This record gives sequence, C-alpha cells and structure tokens, in this order.
Amino acid sequence: MTETEAPGADALQEYFDATIARDQRVEPRDWMPEGYRKTLIRQIAQHAHSEIIGMQPEGDWITRAPSLRRKSILFAKVQDEAGHGLYLYSAAETLGADRDDLTERLITGRQKYSSIFNYPTPTFADVGVIGWFVDGAAICNQVPLCRSSYGPYARAMVRVCKEESFHQRQGYELLMTMMSGTEGQRAMVQDAVDRWWWPSLMMFGPPDDNSPNSERSMAWKIKRHSNDELRQRFVDMTVPQAEHLGVTLPDPELRWNEERGRYDFGTPDYAELMRVISGDGPCNAERVTRRRTAHEDGAWVREAAAAHAAKHTARHTGPDRTEAAA
Amino acid sequence: MSDEHLSASLAAGAEDGEGRWAFGTGFEDPLHGVDTTVPDGVDAGALAALCLALGDDALVGAQRLAQWTTDAPELEIELALANIGLDLLGQARLLYARTGQVDGTGRGEDDFAYWRDADAFRNVRLAELPRGDFAFSMARLLALSAWRLALFQRLAAAPDPVLAAIAAKGVKELAYHRQFAADWIVRLGDGTEESARRMQAGYDEAGPWLGELAADTSADALGGDAAGAAAELRQVWEETARAAGLTVGAYPAHPGAGRSGERTEHLAPLLEELQSVARAHPGAAW
Repeated sequence: MTETEAPGADALQEYFDATIARDQRVEPRDWMPEGYRKTLIRQIAQHAHSEIIGMQPEGDWITRAPSLRRKSILFAKVQDEAGHGLYLYSAAETLGADRDDLTERLITGRQKYSSIFNYPTPTFADVGVIGWFVDGAAICNQVPLCRSSYGPYARAMVRVCKEESFHQRQGYELLMTMMSGTEGQRAMVQDAVDRWWWPSLMMFGPPDDNSPNSERSMAWKIKRHSNDELRQRFVDMTVPQAEHLGVTLPDPELRWNEERGRYDFGTPDYAELMRVISGDGPCNAERVTRRRTAHEDGAWVREAAAAHAAKHTARHTGPDRTEAAA
Repeated sequence: MSDEHLSASLAAGAEDGEGRWAFGTGFEDPLHGVDTTVPDGVDAGALAALCLALGDDALVGAQRLAQWTTDAPELEIELALANIGLDLLGQARLLYARTGQVDGTGRGEDDFAYWRDADAFRNVRLAELPRGDFAFSMARLLALSAWRLALFQRLAAAPDPVLAAIAAKGVKELAYHRQFAADWIVRLGDGTEESARRMQAGYDEAGPWLGELAADTSADALGGDAAGAAAELRQVWEETARAAGLTVGAYPAHPGAGRSGERTEHLAPLLEELQSVARAHPGAAW
C-alpha cells in the first residue's frame, strides 16, 4: 500500500480535528483517535450501566405501587430504563465494544455506574423524588449530549431525553398529588427530599477543579458543559419547583443571588461522593450482586437460545451444503 | 438544539398525562366518556362477575410478570415481559372499571385491586402460582394467553359493547403474548439438555392447572364459548409441545376452581405485597 492510497496518520488526525471544529458528527466508520474511542466507550458504558442498575431502586416498588395508574406508570418507566440501556449498549457496540464484555465489567465491578443508584428507596415518595431530582439531573446532563460529537451517542440521547423528561414530569406529578393528600404523605415527601437532595447534586460529578477527565472530553466535544455549570443549572431549575411543591430543600446556604442571577448553594460532601464511587455507598454491594445474580441465573436461557439458533441454522443449511462448503 | 428549554415549565404543573407513553399511564378513569348502559337482555350480575374474574386473571398475571423486573435473562426479555405485564394491567383496569359500572356499586379499579382480600378474588389459580423459573413462566404464559385469546376473540362480538371493545383491544395484545411464549418454549425445548429438562418441568407443573381453564363456562351466556376456547387451548398447548420436543402428560386436573373462590396458599402473600402501601395509608392520595 502506498501513501497516495491511504492517508497518513497526520492527515486522519487533521480531518478528525476539522470535523470536531466544524461541529460535525463523527460516525462509526470514521477514523478517530484511540483516546476518543476509549473515552466514549467508557462514558457510554457507564451511562448504560447506570440505566440498568437504576432500574433496581424503583423497580422494587412496581409490585407495591398504591394505585393501578401508578403501577402502570412505574412499570413503563422502569421498562424505559431497560430500553435506554439497550440503545446505549448498542451505541457502544458501534465503537467496537461488546455487550457481553461490558456486562462482565459491570458485574465484576471493573466499570462504574452513577453513584446515585447506591442509595436506598425506603418509601413510595422516593419514586416521585427520583423522578423529579434524578431524572431532572439526568436531563441537565444529557440534553447537551444530544449535541455530542459522536453521532450514534448523540442520536440515542435525543430519544432518551424525550423519555426522561416524561419521567421527570411523572415524578413531580406524583409528589404534587401526595402533597395534596394526608399529613403523613407530606412528611414522606419532605423526608425523601431531604435524603435525595445532596446525592442528586453529586450526580454531576466532582467539582471542576478536581475532574480529571472533563477537560479532554470538552475539547473533543463529547461533553459540552462543565460539572459545576450543569450542577448550577439543576439548582436553578429545581428551586422554583420546590417552592411550588411546598417542600424545603435541605441547604441553609441556598439563596437567590441577585448579582449573578442564579442561586447560591452549599457544597456537597464530595468525600461521600468519592466513597460511594469507590464502592462504599449504602447499596453498592447489593446492586451489583443482584445484577450479577440475575445475569448468572439467566445464563441457561441465553445458552439455550444460542444452541437452538445454531441447530436451526444447521438444519436449514443441511449436511450437504456444509460438506460442499468445506 | 438549545439546552435552555430543559428548565421548561415543570413548576406550572404537569397534570396533562400523555397517553401515548404507555397505555394506562395517561388516565385516571379508563372508561371515561363511554356509554355505561347495560343492553337489554344482558344479565348484569353475570356480566359483572365475568369482568371481575377476567380482571383478576390479568392483575394477578401482571403482578407475577412484574416480579421479573431487573431479573430477566437478558434485556430484550426484560422489555418484552414488561410489555406483556403492562398490557395485562391495562386490561385489568378496563375490566374493573366495567365491573364497577355494571354491579351498581360504583367502585373504581383501585377498590377492586387494593381493598378486597384473597377470598374475594376470582382469578384462575394458574395465574397466582409463584413466578418460578423462566421455563415455567413461559409455560404459564402460553396457557393463559392462548386461552384468553380464544375467549377474547369470541367476546369481541359480545352483546355488551363495552366488554366487546375491551376484548377486541386485548386480542391484538394476547396474540403477541402467545407468540412470545411459544417461541421461547420452542427455543428452550430444543436448546440445551438443561433447558429441555427445565421446559419439560415447566410444562408438567402448569399442565394440571389447565383443566380449570377449560372447565370455566362463565362467559358462555355473554358471548363466550368455553368448549371452543378449551379446544383451542389444548391444540396450542400440544402443537407447541410437539415443536419444542416436549411430551404432554395425561395430567389429572387439580380439583376445585379459582373462579368459584378456591385459592392456593400463594394468592394471599401476593396480595399482601400488592396492597401493602395502599392499605398502610388509608385516605391517602396517589
């Protein structure tokens, strides 16, 4: 092969850089730097894992949801999360990753998922607050990803965001309804708000001055806004909603800053975030064990499907053709 | 695309449900606006009892399917089982709503689901057996969906137009449930030694409960045809077994019937879980 037939590494890099600079999309067949590919696989896989693990805290309430309408909504929501996991694993596969391998990394603890899903859900109000805060935070994080430089990821995000915004609305609507109910229900909502507020702020990751991967991801336009900027957006979006709902956000430093035109707020306990990320949160072991158990318990079904498919192909190919091919 | 619209007017309230999201999530009253008159010549008592029984089958079946959440063998199966569970939940809600209109009590769907004890349920007992493994789940799903599909195809021409419409909607859903179950039974029966053994065990466990389905004549006066549905169930059950390489035993039927109020020991704990939050907060708004 001569140099005129295949562009050199420099030319490929230049073309890639120009694509990013023009805000155009990188597609699976395009050349991309290995670091870009690896960063994307890591981010998309973690995102997919978060969807899958994120089914657990709420999924437990499907069988106990207190009305048939709430049961339908929650069942559909948790199903959406499985669907998001599926699109995202598929997007990772366009980069050469393998779903089985990614699953293996999740259940052996080699790949992470969002820290938020390591907190418990002791009451039904948690379903509402997860919708409102966690899906709200996810939307803040993910709407900019609809413009991510990698095409399949950006397109998956468009669909995911549409569904997430409905999830957020259903959560908020559940809380509005509960706040109009009994005194006990209002207390349940406030208690859930108190427990989820700070972990939700931690979902945006460490502060900008301590976020090792952010800078490069932003240069590659995989990521569009810094962690702190997204966290601020979430606070600005949520405070008026809390007032409308009639709950108190558990932050004594929270106040409107006229000069900035934004809310000031306290600092999340980033040491707690680091503990949860490193595996020491309230439910880390339980979540991963459950996923691993389900995966292992289902192995015989997947093996059966593969064996049936192989026999089916052999029957339809027939021995004669196999021999002829050999 | 701008990021700014994301802080959209949530605070202004989010009452308007979006029915397109998934059936049953966008409304409070599933039969809102429907003419509730019971036509002349239709026995309202029998109609209410049938709608209640079919609603109970669907609710209990959906509850067992919900127990697969986060536990399915693969993501594609997770999605499919949730679809089927949601379909059944939607059917239950419509049928309960019709029951409350026809029996004169004005009870709503949640009154039937959350505020009756096990002895008031009228589902077939096959629906309430524990979830079991994936093979048993598929055997049960095949039996329940094949039978219900045969019944709903006939009820789509029922003299009560509301029941007829509910049945007609259900036919499309049930045809998919039956196909999903049959496909998996064939895969498992033909797959590996272990899957064939488990699938045979699933068939053998579900088998003795089929007699109760075949013997249910409660829909006959309302457009159903027990003998026809029973024959179709038997045919689907046997054809699927043949395709999967399974044997169909001469199952002695378990005596009694869920339709007349006999229960296994499994329904009460299922309902205890289903009703736990609702009953812990009387007078609450959800």
